[in-house]
Amino acid sequence: MEIFTQQVVSGLATGGIYASVALALVMIYQATDVVNFAQGEMAMFATYICWSMLNAGLPYWGAFLATLGFAFIGGVVIERVVIRPVENAPILSIVIVTLGLLVICNSVAGWIWTYVQKPFPSPFPSKPFKVSLGAGETIIGAHDIGQIGITLFVLLCIYLFFRFTPLGLAMRAAAQNPVSSRLCGIRVGWMLALGWGLAAVFGAVAGMMVAPSLTLEPNLMGGVQIYAFAAATLGGFTSPGGAVLGGFIVGVVENLVGTYVSFIGTELKFTVALAMIIVVLLVKPSGLFGSTVVKRV
Amino acid sequence: MTSRLARHAGLLAVVALACMLPFVLSNFRLFQFTQVYIYAIAILGLNMLTGYNGQFSLGHGAFYAVGAYVSAIMMDRWHVPYGWTIPVAGVICLVVGFLFGLPALRLEGLYLALATFSLALAVPQILKYFEHWTGGSQGIVLSKPKAPLGLPLSPDQWLYFLTLAVLVILFWLGANLLRGRVGRAIVAIRDNHISAEAMGINSALYKSLVFGVSAAYTGVAGALSASVIAFVAPDSFNVFLSITLLIGSVIGGLASISGAIFGAFFIQFVPNWAQDISKAAPWAIFGVFLIVFMYVMPFGIAGAVGRIWIRMTRSRVLQAGRDPAPAHHAHTTT
Amino acid sequence: MSALLEVHGLEAFYGRTKALHGVSFSMAAGGITTILGANGAGKTTTLRAISRMVRTAGTIRFEGQPLEARVTEDIVQFGIAHAPEGRGTFVHLTVEENLKVGAWGRRERGGLEADFERVFGYFPVLRERRRQMAGTLSGGEQQMLCVARALMLRPRLLLLDEPSLGLAPLVVREIFRILRTVNQAGVTILLVEQNAALALDLADHVFLLETGRVVLEGPSDVLRRDDAIRRAYLGY
Repeated sequence: MEIFTQQVVSGLATGGIYASVALALVMIYQATDVVNFAQGEMAMFATYICWSMLNAGLPYWGAFLATLGFAFIGGVVIERVVIRPVENAPILSIVIVTLGLLVICNSVAGWIWTYVQKPFPSPFPSKPFKVSLGAGETIIGAHDIGQIGITLFVLLCIYLFFRFTPLGLAMRAAAQNPVSSRLCGIRVGWMLALGWGLAAVFGAVAGMMVAPSLTLEPNLMGGVQIYAFAAATLGGFTSPGGAVLGGFIVGVVENLVGTYVSFIGTELKFTVALAMIIVVLLVKPSGLFGSTVVKRV
Repeated sequence: MTSRLARHAGLLAVVALACMLPFVLSNFRLFQFTQVYIYAIAILGLNMLTGYNGQFSLGHGAFYAVGAYVSAIMMDRWHVPYGWTIPVAGVICLVVGFLFGLPALRLEGLYLALATFSLALAVPQILKYFEHWTGGSQGIVLSKPKAPLGLPLSPDQWLYFLTLAVLVILFWLGANLLRGRVGRAIVAIRDNHISAEAMGINSALYKSLVFGVSAAYTGVAGALSASVIAFVAPDSFNVFLSITLLIGSVIGGLASISGAIFGAFFIQFVPNWAQDISKAAPWAIFGVFLIVFMYVMPFGIAGAVGRIWIRMTRSRVLQAGRDPAPAHHAHTTT
Repeated sequence: MSALLEVHGLEAFYGRTKALHGVSFSMAAGGITTILGANGAGKTTTLRAISRMVRTAGTIRFEGQPLEARVTEDIVQFGIAHAPEGRGTFVHLTVEENLKVGAWGRRERGGLEADFERVFGYFPVLRERRRQMAGTLSGGEQQMLCVARALMLRPRLLLLDEPSLGLAPLVVREIFRILRTVNQAGVTILLVEQNAALALDLADHVFLLETGRVVLEGPSDVLRRDDAIRRAYLGY
């Protein structure tokens, strides 16, 4: 029972990471029909910027917040400067541009910070918690709890922003119906840019949370992005809430399968994510919470 | 009909030029050109599926791998002459592709892309898993075939001609297919499959068949690569291969036959140029190339070439003093 | 009376195709003007030209200020609200959120509650459905929501595109009755309609478009009474 709880908590922690990146992917997809393949690499780049600040002596939370600021600005700038020139091009052409971004981010990060793995600090104490559940005591890592807390906090802020602020409403409107939004005076182009900015912020949070356990290197987010795809597929690419829930489910399932199913060690854990994608696509392509788009002819 | 004659003459000239290359290029360059032709065949397969038929595939590397391994296993285990492995690989991939096409019928756009992307990710792991057949991570080492009939050609030169011949045949077949009734049906399905079905086109059958033919083309390319590189290993067929083929397809021009050749040149040579420009971050330069290409030619090289062609031919029509009709009357597609 | 909206030599293009061939008209403030014509005559295109949704040549002036160099997002600043063809409802937002989006372009911040009361006064059914997803509303309700959304801007000019499309006659009559009330409250209306009878009943002034050109214009009661014109151009 103790192992089960540990694995569930641990799974929720990594699930939070997947949820953040999945939310970023879904936000951009909903507004533009484009999957941003560079999402993970942008997050990795932001994490390196945080590392540089920490290396220069800044306190953790100061560097954390500053990184979020840089990530936001970076996302806005990338949308306005890199994506905007091709926004009316065929979808696959825009996908190629995001692939170009992916490759540039990865390569430039390797050039600036080298490919040597760097340790990245966690803001949470390393002493684990002891929790009594039923019969015995369970040890749960403080970092896992902290990670879940940060992720949920960021997600809550975003939810409140979109639900209750005028700007959030304008962004939702612009993503759903750009034509009508323009007629109401909403600057759709800038709403898209803000969307990219926020997506970059989620990515940065994910990167800084996952870097302590995976160690910082340019390929940090490669695996995470695949899991994020699985999460978004499971929850539904048309449902931000679904993507978040999907992230937590994927995290927990990945951990439990890895622990309890004997022939799947760490190698094949990855295949579990792929299998989940395939199964969901075969059974219900729009995901658990997504809605099938009905097009009128 | 003189424009058609001119076009055929032009193509023949290009092929003749290509035949002269083995006698002027170094072995390494020759190898690179052979690789370009192989990529071109693979990309034409992808173009058929994604460009003409609108089914997004981010996993075509899987069919390339199947073709390569079928050929390698036949040569290595059963000592089948390399020449026979190529059509066999093609047929096997045709069937595999068709079978993939059936469940793919339920998936559109993003979802099909995700499914094929996941398959591409799984390929190296699957190949390593069946090590009894595939030789596992070590792969299978093959020997380069010698020129037949005692022809005075080095193995590299012979493989170049073989690949060129397969390219010409497959492109000719493909052109006939795509420019005829079948091609129009395929495009109709892409543009509006409900209307296409209302016109009597069996959308499900065509979509699955296109998947099969597309896989066959890419599988043949894979089989050729097994002989040309004389080695197959699981890590050569990772997701990066699928992405590379997709890049070649989009850069060259998705719904285009000549685009496959432009795209193949791009993916073979541009990474090398990028490395010449910057040793420190060559992939960043490659990424910049990708982005700039999409800014300048969002419809690919073939699209840009086509547009220049239209502009040249339309001005001739205007000069003849006729009513400037909308552009779509004045040209044919490549 | 100085003109509220003046259009001169207006041409409009979809890509390379020209849809309007030099349309000229002017509208005074305060009345209801309708643009009539068959399918493809260019009625919707005219509204889209004013809203800067298509490429144009020629001049468009609103209260003397030129609009040609503006983009769609700017027209709300002039007090022009466009209720588009097909309604353009934000189907995944609630009725209330749809209305809030309509108020986005307003100069005056605040006073939202007063505006809600105003539009709910015109369309009581929207008050009942306030928290419902707009996509679940019926066609007639969505049309009301579309007009209400435009009214949230507190516009000087309301551009209304084919409000009767796909709606039952009773519902259409109700909406047109409300439009008259809205106009009396001070909103100038430019109405595009295929249903000529209803439009002539509501409007003061009529422009008739045929293949992108104005072929006829005049006060609506004159056109209504002229049998020859009615039969030739309006089909009844």
